[in-house]
Amino acid sequence: MELKASNLSFKYPSSKKYILKDVNLELDNKKIMGLIGDSGSGKSTFCKILSSYITNYEGSVSFNGNPLPQKGFKPVQLIYQHPEKVMNPKWKMNQVLKESWDVSDEDLEEFGIQKSWLNRFPQELSGGELQRFSVLRSLNPNTKFLIADEMTTMLDAITQVQILDSVLKVVKKRKMGFLFVSHDMDLVDTVCDDKIYFKDINDV
Amino acid sequence: MEKVLDVENVSISFMQYTKGLNQRNLKVINDLTLDISEGEILAVLGSSGSGKSLLAHAIFGILPENANQMGKIKFKGKELSEKDIRELRGKDIVLVPQSVNYLDPLMKISDQAIGHTETDEEKKEKKLKQREIFQQYNLGPEVDEMYPFQLSGGMARRVLVSTALLSNPKLVVADEPTPGLDEKTVKETLNHFKKMKEDAIAVLLITHDIHAALEVADRIGIFYAGYVIEIAENKDFSGDGENLLHPYTKALYNALPANGFELIKGHQPLHGEISKGCPYYNRCEMRFDRCKEERPELIDLGNKKVRCFKYEEEA
Repeated sequence: MELKASNLSFKYPSSKKYILKDVNLELDNKKIMGLIGDSGSGKSTFCKILSSYITNYEGSVSFNGNPLPQKGFKPVQLIYQHPEKVMNPKWKMNQVLKESWDVSDEDLEEFGIQKSWLNRFPQELSGGELQRFSVLRSLNPNTKFLIADEMTTMLDAITQVQILDSVLKVVKKRKMGFLFVSHDMDLVDTVCDDKIYFKDINDV
Repeated sequence: MEKVLDVENVSISFMQYTKGLNQRNLKVINDLTLDISEGEILAVLGSSGSGKSLLAHAIFGILPENANQMGKIKFKGKELSEKDIRELRGKDIVLVPQSVNYLDPLMKISDQAIGHTETDEEKKEKKLKQREIFQQYNLGPEVDEMYPFQLSGGMARRVLVSTALLSNPKLVVADEPTPGLDEKTVKETLNHFKKMKEDAIAVLLITHDIHAALEVADRIGIFYAGYVIEIAENKDFSGDGENLLHPYTKALYNALPANGFELIKGHQPLHGEISKGCPYYNRCEMRFDRCKEERPELIDLGNKKVRCFKYEEEA
């Protein structure tokens, strides 16, 4: 499996300055890749393009040789830093999970989710608890590639270990690809097999 | 060193409607005790949603109306009444807020840093002072005329810090000053706090970033499920964490990627979920029968404090 970005460039229509310029990168499911860079170096924009949240870019993204699907379930899923911003505040947590897939009791247990949390609204849970849902939600059986954009930045060290441990188990079991974006050098060294630096205007 | 801030047994709870007209009293901060001296940085470390920002709000008397506050907050040994807080805040006690969102987007930087003035003379005087402090923080005259959206993350941080210092405060409370900044800007921000320490200002740093806390703080208070479970000295966070007292603090230290990335099970109980015993009972390896029934007090061990029965005899 490979996720490939070729000559990727992006700028906002109103601006002259490119955020990404001619980025070429190949990712696969053999290595867990870490992505590091200063703020403003275009890491998040890059993640959004790979997961097809941004579509008006120049260049191309291909997944297993084909362009990313325009409709239906996206095989490349993105996990954000702030789980509270990606959940419908008027849905209870079981509805939030069900939107993606039917999660088994074992999965709930693996991710340390208490059954009683399923009947709560997002604002009744803490950031660490919500992030567990957000990660589990993205692990739909059709997900082939996972991108984690500062997934554990807001969490304490213990919750960080717990969530990463669970994710890595699933990623390895299902042979998924995993791109881990973080500014924490120690963490990237611990979690990833290899790492990429994004400098300003993207010399990779 | 003179103590600047004393927080004694402060609890904060919220009145909530559950179903229909049924109400419940949700305790968010329990029995919080800490103190800060001149020229000291005390970090309060807790995960997001643990209620640590409420501590800052309590000090400034800006809790929401449905909140109940118990316990004492003393400034320089004198207990603060609501009226005292109103007089002191913004002068002797100042807040460095979390983000640039706390600035008025439609007001020029210099005008909002100076704030309200009665006369032209006062305005001139304050303006001079503002220019002087901004210059110290490397903010040129062009910044005065800018609007908040024109500032970069690092500049915004410097504006917030230097604005807080305009009134020669004795106590600075910083609420999550580092998230969302890159390494360079974090370092710069933390250096500002070190400089305050040199100027004998007491700093209360509220954060979830253990690296930031260890970088600058003299002592670190660990927040767990609304309780301060340990106040440790910075130097205790070294080696294998053998000098740390509470089992949670040890686990937290050993979960850092540089210290083994060790996994422990369980989650912090939510507010209102704790039964009568120790808040850490469910996850603790050293627990005994008493911990289930009785809640430990914060035990004073000189410079350190810990909330665990195991250390009761040493006190």
